[in-house]
Amino acid sequence: MNVATLRTGEPAARPAVARIAAAWEALAAVQDPEIPGVSLVDLGMVRSVEPRSDGVLQVALSPTYTGCPATEVIRQLVEQALADAGLAPFAVAHVLSPAWSSGWITAEGRRKLAAYGIVPPRGGHEDRPIACPHCDSLDTECTSQFGSTPCKALHRCRGCLEPFEYFKCI
Amino acid sequence: MNAAAAELAPPLLRYVLRLGDLALVLGQRLGEWVGHAPALEEDLGLANTALDLVGQARLLLAYAGELEGRGRSEDDIAFLREQGEYLNPTLVEQPNGDFGQTVVRQVLVDAFQLELYQRLTNSTDLRLAAIAAKAVKETRYHWRYSSGWLVRLGDGTPESHTRVQSALQRLWPYTVELFDEDDLDRAMADGGIGPRLAEVRTAWSARIDGVLAEATLERPRERPHSWAGKRGQHSEHLGYLLTEMQYMQRAYPGAKW
Repeated sequence: MNVATLRTGEPAARPAVARIAAAWEALAAVQDPEIPGVSLVDLGMVRSVEPRSDGVLQVALSPTYTGCPATEVIRQLVEQALADAGLAPFAVAHVLSPAWSSGWITAEGRRKLAAYGIVPPRGGHEDRPIACPHCDSLDTECTSQFGSTPCKALHRCRGCLEPFEYFKCI
Repeated sequence: MNAAAAELAPPLLRYVLRLGDLALVLGQRLGEWVGHAPALEEDLGLANTALDLVGQARLLLAYAGELEGRGRSEDDIAFLREQGEYLNPTLVEQPNGDFGQTVVRQVLVDAFQLELYQRLTNSTDLRLAAIAAKAVKETRYHWRYSSGWLVRLGDGTPESHTRVQSALQRLWPYTVELFDEDDLDRAMADGGIGPRLAEVRTAWSARIDGVLAEATLERPRERPHSWAGKRGQHSEHLGYLLTEMQYMQRAYPGAKW
């Protein structure tokens, strides 16, 4: 899926550094379509933003899961945001290597996930119990390793009996 | 693609098709469970695994299309090839049977994909290495799911134990094909593109023995086999699967939505 879409336009007059900064700002406003309130930058999906020698701004995205149906929607949202910010010409491509990891989610992203009720991934601490996002009890269990989207699993708190989602660690 | 890989282009194309077809056919099979699994959680588990597999197939078949150089997309390759052109091992086209049989098939294939992808991350073909690095993470998660269920069913009730043991007897002969190294596999290993299948087999075997012991299941005896799905010779089941999967594109060529 290394197909890049190229948006043509007048090469921007803005200096490269300002253009890169403007692109990151625009991308930070693009929310994940399945997790409102959390941006692509928060999730670590924007791999790089680099101006090419021909004036095209090259944006590399790391897809989270190979079959995630949101991948194409996300690319369209990114193209729209860059166009709206007047950053054409640009090219958006998916990069596979290095493979996206849930460890790339930023501290801000983890905070936003938690605020939304999704427990952020534990990284290298898979053996530790997951605290309930509702009552902080550590007496929780996994009810399903898979959830409503490829990136989440379902858990339940034995304390307050509420179900909650956990962001899978890959 | 580097020079060594370019020299092997037609064999490389067939090799990539083998990997892509394995993922696609298994993904399609698992998709049959949607709406029919024993519990909602298992519906989600099987569907999500299927989604990952179709995603892996998409990456691999898109690469195959580029190697082929005839302008075919991954969709063209998936929907417009016939049975004899599919190069998946026959194990993945075997019917779902009951949930236990699906779990057994998944354990056998997850272990294979896991050991294969791990080694392909070191491939001299950088595109294949990148796809494998992505896919291995997903496969590791699939293995957790399938092996967890095999232990629960094998070490469960007498009924569940009997069912998974008999599914194991039924599917075991098809595993021989996974490690049946032919000229193409040898050429790939010589070029540093793929691993030696004997090495994959040793690792797979250890992994399977571990989970079978935990599940209190008996490893079936090896039997001779005559399957060669990876050379396009399939069991009767693949034709039915493709007929259903390809129906829309055959009936309405070029249909999009």
